[in-house]
Amino acid sequence: MIEIKSVVKQYGRKRVLDNVSLNIEKGKITSFIGPNGAGKSTLLSIISRLIGKDGGEVYLEGQLVDRIDYNDFARRLSILRQTNHINVRLTVRELVSFGRFPYSEGKLKAEDLEHIEKALEYTQLQDEQHKYLDELSGGQRQRAFIAMVIAQDTDYILLDEPLNNLDVKHSVEIMKILRRLVRELGKTVVIVMHDINFASCYSDHIVAFNKGQIVKEGEVEEIIRKEVLEDVYDTNFVVQDIMNRRICFYY
Amino acid sequence: MKKRYLLVLLILLSIISLFIGVRKISLQDILRFEDAAMRTMVLSRIPRLISLILAGMGMSISGLIMQQLSQNKFVSPTTAGTIDSAKLGILFSLIVFPAANTIVKMLISFVFALAGSLLFMFILRKIKMKNTVIIPLIGIMMANIIGSVSSFFAYRYNLTQSLSSWMQGNFSMVIKGRYELLYISLPLVLIAYHYTNQFTIAGMGEEFAFNLGLNYNSVVNIGISIVALISALVVITVGRIPFLGLVIPNLISIYYGDNLRKNIIPTALAGAIFLLFSDILGRIVIYPYEIPISLTVGILGSIIFLYLLFRRNH
Amino acid sequence: MKTKQKIYVLSIILLILLFLYLALGLNPVIWRYALSLRIPKTIALLLVAASIAFSSAVFQTLTNNRILTPSVLGLDSLYMLIQSFIVFVFGSGTLARLGENFNFIVSVAFMVGFSLLLFRFLFKREERNIFFLLLVGLVMGTFFQSLSTFMQVLIDPNEFLVIQNRMFASFNNMNTDILWLALLISFLAVLFALKDLRTLDVLSLGRENAINLGVNYDYMVKKFLIIISILISVSTALVGPITFLGLLVVNLAREILKTYKHNYLITGAILIGSIALTFGQLMAERIMNFSTPISIIINFIGGLYFIYLLLKESKI
Repeated sequence: MIEIKSVVKQYGRKRVLDNVSLNIEKGKITSFIGPNGAGKSTLLSIISRLIGKDGGEVYLEGQLVDRIDYNDFARRLSILRQTNHINVRLTVRELVSFGRFPYSEGKLKAEDLEHIEKALEYTQLQDEQHKYLDELSGGQRQRAFIAMVIAQDTDYILLDEPLNNLDVKHSVEIMKILRRLVRELGKTVVIVMHDINFASCYSDHIVAFNKGQIVKEGEVEEIIRKEVLEDVYDTNFVVQDIMNRRICFYY
Repeated sequence: MKKRYLLVLLILLSIISLFIGVRKISLQDILRFEDAAMRTMVLSRIPRLISLILAGMGMSISGLIMQQLSQNKFVSPTTAGTIDSAKLGILFSLIVFPAANTIVKMLISFVFALAGSLLFMFILRKIKMKNTVIIPLIGIMMANIIGSVSSFFAYRYNLTQSLSSWMQGNFSMVIKGRYELLYISLPLVLIAYHYTNQFTIAGMGEEFAFNLGLNYNSVVNIGISIVALISALVVITVGRIPFLGLVIPNLISIYYGDNLRKNIIPTALAGAIFLLFSDILGRIVIYPYEIPISLTVGILGSIIFLYLLFRRNH
Repeated sequence: MKTKQKIYVLSIILLILLFLYLALGLNPVIWRYALSLRIPKTIALLLVAASIAFSSAVFQTLTNNRILTPSVLGLDSLYMLIQSFIVFVFGSGTLARLGENFNFIVSVAFMVGFSLLLFRFLFKREERNIFFLLLVGLVMGTFFQSLSTFMQVLIDPNEFLVIQNRMFASFNNMNTDILWLALLISFLAVLFALKDLRTLDVLSLGRENAINLGVNYDYMVKKFLIIISILISVSTALVGPITFLGLLVVNLAREILKTYKHNYLITGAILIGSIALTFGQLMAERIMNFSTPISIIINFIGGLYFIYLLLKESKI
């Protein structure tokens, strides 16, 4: 479990996160939704220690994250940010191998190779593994980064808008991979999402943010409701059940 | 409203500048048309004042234009290779046409400055990671490289020290007959004023400009030509004045915002004021000797620049 | 394995050049004396090549940028300021009397001290990134430059020649005592970095990926920056500034080896740097009798290569 206790983050005088407290349960997909600038990505970055915080604590399975050694932390929690521009020219396999760095420090052992193979298989990138990243399509590249995170083999996986710039087919592929990770390997996945319907269809738990605070959190049925969403996004919503899923219209 | 204060300040500093110097000149001397005093005024003090004002206006407006075209607050003739290219041009004329007069040297220097700045603008369009800081870094790297080409030739032709003294910004050598070239910058400033809106649009990018029916390339070329010409003029008559084109437009934009049309006059005034002030400071600190203006501007400018940097980063 | 073969080829080329440099023009009468001059020079060449190649490669990884060199930290300008200051205030006689040793130690101490101050000051706050640091370094560099230009203009032309000699790196007239000291300091600095070489591969993926993979990013950046500043200070104080050698050799190494792995990349860059310097010195001394210092030629070629890089790359 990840426990977040009254976390504060401010840039200058502007509070991006205002006393946010939240528990993220193990073995589930939790989605963060909310309008732009609500603080979702900031919270994700704070949990994963990419940026510092101005107040509050974050615990990973009861341990204060700031006390966990860097390498140890990287074996337990991984993060994938939305902008993954890499200046080095790497093949898919080389990128995925980097996921083993926390274990191997660069010298791959048999066990590491096994993990790499498995990650490639999970993301169906075996055929592309020797291609360079800049030769891939957007969807394949995103899968390659997810494969790296899978190879990292952490219990917790945090993703910041993994569906950004992807078409429908590739978005569905990625969400299915994430679902499998939770179901088969018992991973805990936290995603920042822009598409509410994807959040609705694939999450176990949804946290709605607005203006640096959590407006409401709960199961899909509790959050994907007209009143809640209209409150969060300040737009008109129509919510309907279609084929046992909650779908919203907001156009 | 504040423009008026700037003007008053400029006039005040101009008067001070006229009456400071080794030779004491009083108001009575002037009113009585005393011969020696008048000569000092006409031959040395007034040329110095005018060249200070012209160079200050020209360099700060050059900086403003470059910042507008590149949409980057840290770009200026010094951080885009313009000045170093102008220097290379001077060196070239010193080696190839040692007997040529100043106008020819200036023209050669202008051609080099133009080529260097255009090269920078060309490279700028290729940079994908438009980090605010990376662009001036690349510009300075480019400037260093052009500088290293200069030092290669300067060394071979034993011109290192004379190039150093040529490049050192210094107004104490400005006398009647040696600064008039700077008057050319006046029409250039007027042209720049005429083109302000076009520069603003071009700064938004090629596609944006095209969409508004503007010929992007010709506007950029006009802007860069103005900058290169002013830089060459200033370098040839007074030498290199660091930071001016960088610091002044930034200071002005803190108070006046980023509207080029609104900014251009205050920027010109503030540039002249800053240069005059630095010059007066250099003349009184170790009186009766003088500290060259490149040093006073260098110190004041780097302090202001660091302040701006930290302020921005805050 | 192809990368390894390329490294072998480079090593062989270097060995041949070194042999030529040491052996060419030896005769039975003066060989002992000639070698006693040439060997220290060779060691200095290799030391400078290695320091610059290593620090430039690491620097480009830290900044995630192929077209920067550590010279943007402003250390070269500081070195020139120190030299100009000594000549300006005490005269070149004092510079000679104080001895090369003293000058070396003072220069290194000032340069390293300056960089430590800069880093300390800038890393106090989290949001300041490395580019911010570079810009501050550059401004300081310009500032130092205006100070030294001021002094240089006032100096008597004969004294100026002393400074001019220091403006450009040269391997002639080197003091052997300093060489050993420089070698020792550089060796210790590299030793300090050795175990983290593999981390550099991860650092080249950028800050966020590096942290995700368990690297203490800020600590590593600081550590490598300190090592870079020590190496650059030592090699600059030893022979003088060679600004663009690093740019040249690291990019050539990338081009030739086509690898992201730093153990190969750095080895390759060091080899290429040594080849370039040995070849340059060989040409200058034995074949062409060039009067131009080698560093000016290298800056010239390095500079042209930089422009070529900027124009060739579709994105930077």
